[in-house]
Amino acid sequence: MARNDVLVDADWVEAHLDDPKIVLVEVDEDTAAYDKNHIRNAVRIDWKRDLQDPVIRDFVSKEKFEALLSERGISNDDTVVLYGGNNNWFASYAYWYFKIYGHDNVKLMDGGRKKWELDSRELVADVPDRPKTTYKAKDANNDIRAFRDEVVASIGVKNLIDVRSPDEFSGKLLAPAHLPQEQSQRAGHVASAVNIPWSKAANEDGTFRSDDELKALYTEEGVDFGKDTIAYCRIGERSAHTWFVFHELFDLANVKNYDGSWTEYGSLVGVPIEKDV
Amino acid sequence: MCGAPDQATISREGIPTGETVVQGLVYNGDSPVSGGYVRLLDSGGEFTAEVVTSATGQFRFFARPGSWTVRVIPGGGHSGGEAKVEVAQGEISEVRISV
Repeated sequence: MARNDVLVDADWVEAHLDDPKIVLVEVDEDTAAYDKNHIRNAVRIDWKRDLQDPVIRDFVSKEKFEALLSERGISNDDTVVLYGGNNNWFASYAYWYFKIYGHDNVKLMDGGRKKWELDSRELVADVPDRPKTTYKAKDANNDIRAFRDEVVASIGVKNLIDVRSPDEFSGKLLAPAHLPQEQSQRAGHVASAVNIPWSKAANEDGTFRSDDELKALYTEEGVDFGKDTIAYCRIGERSAHTWFVFHELFDLANVKNYDGSWTEYGSLVGVPIEKDV
Repeated sequence: MCGAPDQATISREGIPTGETVVQGLVYNGDSPVSGGYVRLLDSGGEFTAEVVTSATGQFRFFARPGSWTVRVIPGGGHSGGEAKVEVAQGEISEVRISV
């Protein structure tokens, strides 16, 4: 994959707003954002309600994913372009999720909703009426998803990249600072993990840095590109952003997102944690 | 700060007890900036969080004690701006930023 295959800019999106085979999808944690306004013809996927099982902590089933995309009017041969708030964290998570269920023709809009708003581009309240489809997903491909046992076995072996902020990594904060800090899990990071915050991969307007800048960043931080890599954060959305850099922009094969992330790892009994405070 | 009107109140509703909070208002002239992007940078200048201002121009971060920089990203019809702020354990520090 080249950068142009996986990432489109706002101008490209504006030029394709009326293309029926390109489906623009806003993915947010804040459900009020889409209700207020969104890019014209964009449909909505709610990160929590649509992509998380309501009872156990996991994805929705393949059948539910099929029902979701069918209901949103997305066909197997449509090009899906994802964007969202929080610097595309949740859109990146959805990108990774679409790949797991086998929708290969998916792209991210660089900079997400923030870049679009900072550019003062058009936003509308009208919800598009897309006819329902019969979407067929593939069985989940877990080659790009890490689970806790693999993470524990990877300590000191693979690149473990903690993409949270320095204060979360060191244990001074338990959650990103837009959220209250009272959390049940322990503070700190997975033993042997390096801290390369997701924000270093992005410009202030939310767009990804250039390939050359990104390569230089991770090289300077000591990442060995010859090793397998697992990225994690608190719930797996910021690390999906870094997974996108490694797996999609760098085109590296053995890169996984650990979506259990710190909320799971920091609650496990007996696993190695390092903490700086 | 920087000439932003100081008569507008900053809501403290919804802050759990014991949280260390940096919050404030973003103004452009006499008007609150709604939908502005505000980031919290730690004492080393590293990104810690980002929020979008409310309809009344308010933002809030749940931080830890220390020195922070609050930075408003330019765009959406206004220039950027920033302010330094100190906050102690369990306290609420408030800052007004004019852009």
